[in-house]
Amino acid sequence: MDATDQKRLLREMLFARRFEERCAEAYHERQIGGFLHLYPGEEACAIGVLEKAQTGSDYVVTGYRDHIHAIKSGMDPKALMAELFGKEAGCSKGRGGSMHLFDPDVHFMGGYALVGGPFPLAAGFAKAIQLRGGQEISICFLGDGANNQGTFHETMNMASLWKLPVLFICENNLYGIGTAIERSTVEINQYKRVAPYGIEAAQCDGQDIDIVMAHAEKAVNYVREQRKPYFLELMTYRLRGHSMSDSGAYRSKEEVEEWAQRDPIGIYKRRLVEAGVLTEDEFHAMDKAVQDEIENEVVRYAIECPEPRVEDVARYVYTEGGNNHG
Amino acid sequence: MAELMYWQGILRAHDEEMARDPLVFAMGEDIGVAGGTYKATSGLFAKYGEQRVIDTPISENSYTGIGVGAAMLGARPIVEIMSVNFAWLAMDQLMNNAAKIHYMSGGRIRCPFVMRVPGGTAHQLGAQHSARMEKVFMGVSGLRVVTPATPRDAYGLLKSAVRSDDPVVIIEHESMYNLKGEVPDDEFFTPLEGVEIMRPGKDVSIFAYNISVHWALDAAKKLASEYGIDAEVIDLRALKPLDRAGIAASVRKTHHAIIVEEDEAPVGVGSEVMAIINEECFFDLDAAPVRVHALDIPIPYNHRLEKAAIPNAGDVIAAVRKMFGR
Repeated sequence: MDATDQKRLLREMLFARRFEERCAEAYHERQIGGFLHLYPGEEACAIGVLEKAQTGSDYVVTGYRDHIHAIKSGMDPKALMAELFGKEAGCSKGRGGSMHLFDPDVHFMGGYALVGGPFPLAAGFAKAIQLRGGQEISICFLGDGANNQGTFHETMNMASLWKLPVLFICENNLYGIGTAIERSTVEINQYKRVAPYGIEAAQCDGQDIDIVMAHAEKAVNYVREQRKPYFLELMTYRLRGHSMSDSGAYRSKEEVEEWAQRDPIGIYKRRLVEAGVLTEDEFHAMDKAVQDEIENEVVRYAIECPEPRVEDVARYVYTEGGNNHG
Repeated sequence: MAELMYWQGILRAHDEEMARDPLVFAMGEDIGVAGGTYKATSGLFAKYGEQRVIDTPISENSYTGIGVGAAMLGARPIVEIMSVNFAWLAMDQLMNNAAKIHYMSGGRIRCPFVMRVPGGTAHQLGAQHSARMEKVFMGVSGLRVVTPATPRDAYGLLKSAVRSDDPVVIIEHESMYNLKGEVPDDEFFTPLEGVEIMRPGKDVSIFAYNISVHWALDAAKKLASEYGIDAEVIDLRALKPLDRAGIAASVRKTHHAIIVEEDEAPVGVGSEVMAIINEECFFDLDAAPVRVHALDIPIPYNHRLEKAAIPNAGDVIAAVRKMFGR
């Protein structure tokens, strides 16, 4: 990877961080409502994996902590922020919200609120790909908490049995909402849990984007060539609470601080500075440019664009022509 | 015009749609090699192969979700749940994903998903194999719910459901698969909305659906021959959305209404139809509408108790006679 791409990746992670922080501000200002689950600390996972996928062609699905997966899949951050502000120009026309982002134009198939719900959907995308005879793959990002749902086991079984081209990415951030993984789960190494289903799997550091990309490349190629599932577990940590209403009191300060030292942006920035790809000054300029872009383009757009018309409230319950046939 | 059994109508619809469109596929428990519990998919496995006629493991929620995911990419799954009782296990994928995806994506993602469920009370199957779940399905925005009373509609509704871009639940009946009836030889589509007048009459409107249409028709015959009461029998057929105008039109003609359902009364089809009558044509009524329905109990095993739990044509006749004092 050349210096231009390295700087681009660093900027993408920085953009993700500042985007989420700006969302938190807007939430406190009540410009964003509902539930809001932010991604700081986990940026290397979505960005590293999808850097090695064919975004726009491969189908991506995830849970409710979905902003960065959507952006890296190709969604316009302006449409994303407009959605969070509940606007008609939002990616889901203001009907979805933070947990329900959609952009089928770039094959980002959604954010879902039910933990474990996307497992079968991802396998279903792969089933449709299989029927069409396409070369795309389906990529499903979920957390460790989702693996205690029945859909995890049911879907792993069927995906393996029917050779469905799905890449399952487990973002293991060590907590299912507020319960530590060892208090909820017997086998805490998630990648070991798919072995009985005959699915190839690996576990790696999710904080170092170079490591994530190396594993993701192998995983993506495996699924694309073998046309069967693969499971990749990324060890990561969210630096904020589960959602905006969670103070994270169930975690020790020491633990949070320890993981803050392994911040994916810090790790990658240090590497690029040490390699002479980037100076500290350039990094600060990049950070300022990112924040300016978010403020002047993204947030301004979200503020200025109109809300949905109330008379359209019942639109989209059914498709137009859903009762016409023949 | 050929005389077909109910199951043969369903099979013919599958076959025609699968022959026409390679993205139509069927999945469910024992539907392939075994040919389906009620033969409704017999022969399809040999004709279309295991990629399109899929025997699933007993994992209702996740194979439903796989169907939903495939539908989101434009495939057209026909998912059979062996018995409607097992659909409880698939509620997350059906209610949270299939029903809501079009709305919460602001109309950007369609879900042309079909679920077929054999429902109703058959013969001594006990409380966990005798569910009538129409009240559950029809209570959820975004779904279409239809229920065939004849082989003709078993064919025509499945044809329409497969072509619709909305998710459709088709409630069949375990006791009706061998019911015979005429089905036109030429391809046709039964609308997914609207009532059908099965027997015109001027004195009382009897609203029914699925198996209760046959109780109503039997009752209407006797009411005419023995009591001089000319009953109009309306097959509601589409339970979601219900045809408010069609219901009101019949009541405006007869000024009397009876609703017959195999389900227990609370929060059911009967209560909904009665609410519509109140809202649309209260002042056209000459008598208070009456519901004929099952007892509000889990269905018992003993054949006498089972018989006592669900209504029949005699109950319909008794209700009409009471209404007319004859």
